[in-house]
Amino acid sequence: MFFQSNLHAAKIGELTETSVFEQALRFLSLKDPAVRIAVLGSIFLGINCGLLGSFIVVRKLALVGDALSHAVLPGVALGFMWNMTKDPIAIFVGATIAGLIGVTAVNLIKDTTKIKEDSVLGMVLAGFYGVGIVLLTMIQNLPFGNKSGLDKFLFGQAAALSVSDIQLIGSITLLCLIIVYFFYKEFLVISFDFSFAQSTGIPAKAFHYLLMLLLTFSVVVALQAVGVVLVSALLITPAATAYLLTDRMHRMLFLAALFGMLSGLTGAFLSFLGNDLPTGPFMVVAASSLFIAAFLFGPRYGLIPKFLKRKNQSYQIEVENTLKAIYQVLEKNNFKEEGVLFDKLAEHRNESIVDTENQINKILKMGCATLNENENSDSNYFKQKLISLTPTGWTRACEIVRNHRLWELYLTNEAQYAADHVHEDAEIIEHVLGDDTVRKLEKMLNFPTRDPHGKLIPGLKYLEDNGTHNSKSAVTQI
Amino acid sequence: MIENFIPPFNFNDIFIEPWTYGFESYIWIFLMGFFVNAACGLVGNFIILRRMALVGDAISHSLLPGIALAFILSSSRSTTVIVIGAISAGLLTTIFIEYIYKTSRVKADAAIGIVFSTFFAIGVILITMYADHVDLDADCVLYGEIGFIPFDERASFAGINLGPIPVVRMAGVTIVVLLLINLFYKELLVTSFDVGLANSLGINTNLFHYGLMAVLSVVIVSAFESVGAILVIAMLIFPGATASLISHRLPITLGLSLFLSILYSLIGVHLAIWLNCSIAGAMVVVAGLIFTGVWLFNPTNGLIKKMGLTRKLTK
Repeated sequence: MFFQSNLHAAKIGELTETSVFEQALRFLSLKDPAVRIAVLGSIFLGINCGLLGSFIVVRKLALVGDALSHAVLPGVALGFMWNMTKDPIAIFVGATIAGLIGVTAVNLIKDTTKIKEDSVLGMVLAGFYGVGIVLLTMIQNLPFGNKSGLDKFLFGQAAALSVSDIQLIGSITLLCLIIVYFFYKEFLVISFDFSFAQSTGIPAKAFHYLLMLLLTFSVVVALQAVGVVLVSALLITPAATAYLLTDRMHRMLFLAALFGMLSGLTGAFLSFLGNDLPTGPFMVVAASSLFIAAFLFGPRYGLIPKFLKRKNQSYQIEVENTLKAIYQVLEKNNFKEEGVLFDKLAEHRNESIVDTENQINKILKMGCATLNENENSDSNYFKQKLISLTPTGWTRACEIVRNHRLWELYLTNEAQYAADHVHEDAEIIEHVLGDDTVRKLEKMLNFPTRDPHGKLIPGLKYLEDNGTHNSKSAVTQI
Repeated sequence: MIENFIPPFNFNDIFIEPWTYGFESYIWIFLMGFFVNAACGLVGNFIILRRMALVGDAISHSLLPGIALAFILSSSRSTTVIVIGAISAGLLTTIFIEYIYKTSRVKADAAIGIVFSTFFAIGVILITMYADHVDLDADCVLYGEIGFIPFDERASFAGINLGPIPVVRMAGVTIVVLLLINLFYKELLVTSFDVGLANSLGINTNLFHYGLMAVLSVVIVSAFESVGAILVIAMLIFPGATASLISHRLPITLGLSLFLSILYSLIGVHLAIWLNCSIAGAMVVVAGLIFTGVWLFNPTNGLIKKMGLTRKLTK
């Protein structure tokens, strides 16, 4: 994110008269009262929008936020018409009423017609916005009135906030924080299971409309800083970013508020660097950068950690398959030999000797096997080297084979599979059976010794009792 | 107080003048409005059927950076470059939205909101930062203005004067949309209602999905200078949604959409003359009023009729 701010700063610097560094310094030192107001406003808005946005994101109502933010426009225009100035209270009241009418219209149309929700949202969004545009253009064409600042409602300008705006934003934020804190449980329940909430006696509908009311409040106070079109992004994006990082609602609320605050601050900072740059778009770009970062690198659900985890898993499976193959080759000779030759292993696995060498290198690296000189030396390199398993390698190999054979037995005995159908299934499950499941299987199958094909199931008892390694006893001990 | 805002209603000024003294300009404004509404309404019918109204919303916002980049890179108002920019922005939006909600736990609605707001924000930043290169201003983005479209350059074909270039272009788009719907009617119908059936019939559903998105992008970008990025959603959804209250047969709703386009444009122009406001905005207000009227007073299944029925039944 810091990299990105530098990038933008450089570009804006080319266009502005004053030095970017001077502007940045002016912003960061917070000496200018206008800067202090912008910073304070952005922090409040970020917290507020992140908090309420979390509830609409988990309830899949994200686009209701979008429709709401467009629907307030006629209210803004009417509030302005009240006495033809930018009076925060008149605009706040007008916009809140318009927003609530919008939300009600969505519900009414959805309930009384067969039109689908997405079309209804689109109609309310664009229809109300159209009324707003008609009113705004009428105001602009009027010969009287103080129209300055009205255009800021469309794209937002944090620097245009006044002290009375900040008081309004601050009190709304405080109100939201208090209500969410006291009714956290109720909001949580209606977010995840509306019918359950109703059945436990929570007035779920009332809380739904309370949430919509708070949402309208925060959209309306955010308008001047972010603009009508992009307010919804400040609701959705920080909350979705938090959703990618955690499963707990209270953590999500905290993170969403934090991300909203960061985006608000970055947006205010970046738009301050240039001349008359709108704040809203920069806030949105900052919020989206955070989202992309979480989408790619989020520890739990991020794309790259997921990819690495999957790669690690397939590496593990390859190693286990190699160990199992070595075990099987040894078993063919009744464990009379100390190790396995490369070409024998390749033959067993039906693959080229180069592939086998790659796989062997992996298990050597993990310390599961060692390479020894073959006594009856051959000119062929691959016949000179004998692969012997180390104690860890042995334990692992025995575990895998044991998992495989136990599962085969389970399928034939308990699930009534035919004995020739069980191998493929066991090939997959052997890598994921945990210790608990294996213990359960043993118990259920009454500590078996042989698999459905008549082969011995290797036991682990000896190895557990006695750290020393003895291949034959590891196998024969049941 | 209200008389300060609403200009006096003068029948002569509002209804007679435009069609007599002002005919030369108002006929083109009316036709432009009609073609915009018609092209959007026709495509919109299919968008509504596929429950993709909000993807249409997202695409209309996301075209902005595509158009802005096309202006910056080509440094000329070349139609081809702008159309290419718009189509790629539209398809990218669709792909990003699908990618986000398929690979992460973020739901489709939040994915739509995130993608379009990001694109739109980048577009606004590009326009404000490269204002000298981009022949667009913020107002145009938000509500367009049919009245400001240059109508003096005329297109001619084989020596016949067809009319102003923008109107002819929009008419061309509408005709192409009509032709495409005619040609692929059956495929569009099947893919809109039952993707599984369409696949089993051997129809390439992906092709039609992305094809429709590309056509939608072209329609939106050609309507852009008239109605802007946001009001275009009204043009897309209102005709189809209003028609769907009257009939459930697609051919009829398509026909009704064309008829509604004439009404929106005609009444919208007069409303805008009266109130001295944005023409596109006035058209949307008309669309909203007609929808509300049909919703409440439709003789077969209007809200008032339904309420009367319930009252009769409860008696």
